[in-house]
Amino acid sequence: MSVGELDSTAVGTVAPRLVRLEGVCKTFANGTVALTGVDLEIRRGEFLSLLGPSGCGKSTILRLLSDLTGASAGWINWSGQEHNLGFVFQEPTLMPWACVFNNVWLPMRLKGVSRRDAQGPVMDALEKVGLSGFAKSYPRELSGGMKMRVSIARALVTRPAILLMDEPFAALDEITRNKLNDDLLQLKCELDATVVFVTHSVYESVYLSSRIVVMAPRPGRIVAEIEVPAPMPRDEEFRLGKLYAERCRETSAALHKAMGAAA
Amino acid sequence: MTRRRLQRYALPALALIGGLAFWEASVRINHIQPVILPAPSLIAATLVKDWPPLFRSLLVTLSITCEALIAATVGGTLIALLFARFRWIEEAFFPYAVILQVTPVVSIAPLLLVYLDSGGAVLVCSFLVAFFPILANTALGLSSVDHNLLDLFQMYRASRSQQLLWLRVPSALPYFLGGLRIGGGLALIGAIVAEIAAGSAGSGSGLAFRIIESGYRLNIPRMFAALVLISLTGIAIYLVLSAVSYLLLHRWHDSARSREA
Repeated sequence: MSVGELDSTAVGTVAPRLVRLEGVCKTFANGTVALTGVDLEIRRGEFLSLLGPSGCGKSTILRLLSDLTGASAGWINWSGQEHNLGFVFQEPTLMPWACVFNNVWLPMRLKGVSRRDAQGPVMDALEKVGLSGFAKSYPRELSGGMKMRVSIARALVTRPAILLMDEPFAALDEITRNKLNDDLLQLKCELDATVVFVTHSVYESVYLSSRIVVMAPRPGRIVAEIEVPAPMPRDEEFRLGKLYAERCRETSAALHKAMGAAA
Repeated sequence: MTRRRLQRYALPALALIGGLAFWEASVRINHIQPVILPAPSLIAATLVKDWPPLFRSLLVTLSITCEALIAATVGGTLIALLFARFRWIEEAFFPYAVILQVTPVVSIAPLLLVYLDSGGAVLVCSFLVAFFPILANTALGLSSVDHNLLDLFQMYRASRSQQLLWLRVPSALPYFLGGLRIGGGLALIGAIVAEIAAGSAGSGSGLAFRIIESGYRLNIPRMFAALVLISLTGIAIYLVLSAVSYLLLHRWHDSARSREA
């Protein structure tokens, strides 16, 4: 590993770089400039939140990282050959005709892993999200929060190097959302996963992240980066602490500035 | 059985019994001749008395309807799959499928008789009317896939065949079954209309011919009896296809589930 691949993380230790976006621009076919000149480094094991108003290109960054769309200019450089991804959409995006087991099995099935060989990893992923008793249920039979857990289990089943989450809890009620936030941090720590999390919520981003990237719209760009140097997982005590309040104020101010810059 | 379910079955049954009773009474009280309007009891008696020829005709109509529906299902599904795979084929041929659908089957039947025997012409007419809803619905279903699921499949580098088998086909299933239910009814209508237009007679004639023949002989009760058999056949086709639809969808699709009270 070269010295250039090392950076200090929010908690002061040194973590290798996983992926770097350099001067990335994205212009859609209709001429809309979704992103311009984005320089961003994502480090192994960090929880990075992309925060900003609608249309600032947060989701476009996730689509670029997952290769669902290509950059109009700039580079995306991954460290290492393989970059196994997991993706969680804003909606649970489950196959309604398939039971929970088959939904979680999907990423492995597409890689040719048989049902028998997938049994262990699928049940393990379901256990991690607290749904081991629901393998045979259909999505229709689950609550919104449970469906989202299935979606997270599906994203985790292949042990991805990076988990991309596009406002996954936006449609959930606050109680379910807080519970899933805690569970997500717990899972992130257990699996030592790298997470890139898109959100509109200042409070959610501060609670979850080791680093917050604030973005402004028209055109989409990065306007601030805020570190949240607190250990994970976190709890209500962190939410009541000074650091949380400070970072919420700072992030909120950066967001207002970003929106003012766009207006 | 809950009161609501009882109502659901009892009310239509009561309406039927009431209607038949009114019909029977009207015919008897007003001494209406059977040649004008036969009483339901006479129609039932005719159905029993003339059962052997009517049943033979029923089998003919049913067999044509089933053959046409199977051909329309296979053909409609395969062409829909082809449309989904090659967009240019859809753009080239879909307008002609629409033209076939909107051209009345009665006007096609005499033309088909130039090239085919009457049995073949009836089969083709029945196929043509059943084919379009299956094709159109299945093609719509294959292209109405959740975009996020498509992204997911793309992200996991799914092959075209994996995407088709595990995503597009199950997504299209409710649409296909909807088309099949419409196609089932239309196949019967197509067979009857085409038979009337073709005017096929003899031992291989279906229920439509029995109606025409009874009309010529002023055997109105038999006409009604044949009509009852046609209606019952249509209902049976609808019920069978609805049952298939329920079996395939009831675990996961909203259309096959009742709302929670």
